[in-house]
Amino acid sequence: MNLFFHIGRYFMLLYRVFARPQKHSVYMRQIIFEINNIGISSLPIIAIISVFMGGIITIQAAFGFNSPWVPLYAVGFTTRESIMLEFSPTIVCLILAGKVGSNIASEIGAMRITEQIDALEIMGINSAGYLIFPKIAAAVFIFPFLIALSMFLGIAGGYVMGITSGACTEYEYIFGIQAFFEPWKLYYSFTKVLVFAFIITSVSAYFGYNTSGGALEVGKSSTSAVVYSSILILLFSLILTNLFLNR
Amino acid sequence: MIEIKNINKTFGDRQVVKDVSFTFHKGKTNLIIGESGCGKTTILKLMVGLHKADSGDILYDGQNFPKLSVNEQENIRKKIGMLFQGGALFDSQTLEENVQFPLDMFTDLTKAEKLEQVNFCLEKVQLVGKNKLYPAELSGGMKKRAALARAIANNPSYLFCDEPNSGLDPKTSIVIDNLIRNITEEFNITTIIVTHDMNSVIEIGDNIMFVHKGENWWTGDKSQILKTKNQELFDFVFASEFMKQVLGSQAK
Repeated sequence: MNLFFHIGRYFMLLYRVFARPQKHSVYMRQIIFEINNIGISSLPIIAIISVFMGGIITIQAAFGFNSPWVPLYAVGFTTRESIMLEFSPTIVCLILAGKVGSNIASEIGAMRITEQIDALEIMGINSAGYLIFPKIAAAVFIFPFLIALSMFLGIAGGYVMGITSGACTEYEYIFGIQAFFEPWKLYYSFTKVLVFAFIITSVSAYFGYNTSGGALEVGKSSTSAVVYSSILILLFSLILTNLFLNR
Repeated sequence: MIEIKNINKTFGDRQVVKDVSFTFHKGKTNLIIGESGCGKTTILKLMVGLHKADSGDILYDGQNFPKLSVNEQENIRKKIGMLFQGGALFDSQTLEENVQFPLDMFTDLTKAEKLEQVNFCLEKVQLVGKNKLYPAELSGGMKKRAALARAIANNPSYLFCDEPNSGLDPKTSIVIDNLIRNITEEFNITTIIVTHDMNSVIEIGDNIMFVHKGENWWTGDKSQILKTKNQELFDFVFASEFMKQVLGSQAK
């Protein structure tokens, strides 16, 4: 029953979020601000994690393929597939759910308990639209770029670790990351990213927007935002994987 | 002018506003006073639409607010300025951006015109030259004045103030009271103030409603309140030692 209450309230909030913007220029300014706030500020963490994970996947692949029957270019191939299909679109989005989701929920939650949202409403402003729409639009726009960068850095990290650790040669790794490449897999990956960007921002904003009480409740909203965003990311990752890859 | 007629509000099984009626006059500082938890802030929130009344009418110059469409309510809200208890300034914006915000949203003024209006409002609340400060860099009194500047930026017809003196020293409280009174008279707006500060009552109470247990218990003005025979109001007004001394000196 409680679940249906939250689902209903979530969609009612979305209805207000996607109402016609009251002033396009103000919304545009907010979207640009959020692109920087949500996207650009997440670059360092994404870069660090991607490089290290690329290196780790390469070493693990080389360790697992310790057989004369498996060609060494499989190391590059496995690294590419792992990073492109799951690590960058899903795991990096889970990390972003932690970083961006908690930020959104606590920001909006704090605005709620300090009556800033009430102030917007009394001015005659659609507070849901003004606060949440720019975050969703910014995330849906910038996340694909972040994930593309993550894929590049992950594969580059694998290259560096593959060569320096002697897991494979430069030629084998380069050959491996180009082998059996199917471009439609990128559609699959970026479809997931768009869905996850929407989930992270809208679910986190929902928890922040419906905060009531004090600082303790802001913390709870922030935690709930991360937990539910992560669960939904995994659920939709499963659904989309089944839709795209199940032959 | 704003009239409230027979408004009621219940939270769960607790009725916090009981059949309250009152008229708030234009160009006057109208006060809603009462003990903490008596329902005065709820009445204010019902009036601005943050809560929905169970029954009753709220008339803004004859327009019944609860019965209007969402768009019509938004149009009335654009004429409302509100000073919240904590200021409710937007933390991520400077003082200038905060005051400019309603102008950005609802006017087509040029950048220079907006800045001129912002500076005019900041001058009114004696915050000239503080444009680039963030709310976190302001004192409690400055936050209240900044919020007042934002509330009047879009030339409102109605000004609501929720406990404008809470957390302020007596001297700053008087500054805020005088600012509100001056703005009310200068712009000829309907001002409604929720307070339990007796200094404010005596300074600026043109038209007062005393709320007790969610009901309109007494109405009058600042000259009548000190002569009240109403026991609940008497207990409220003369609760402090200072007011008891005032009463004593009146008797002499």
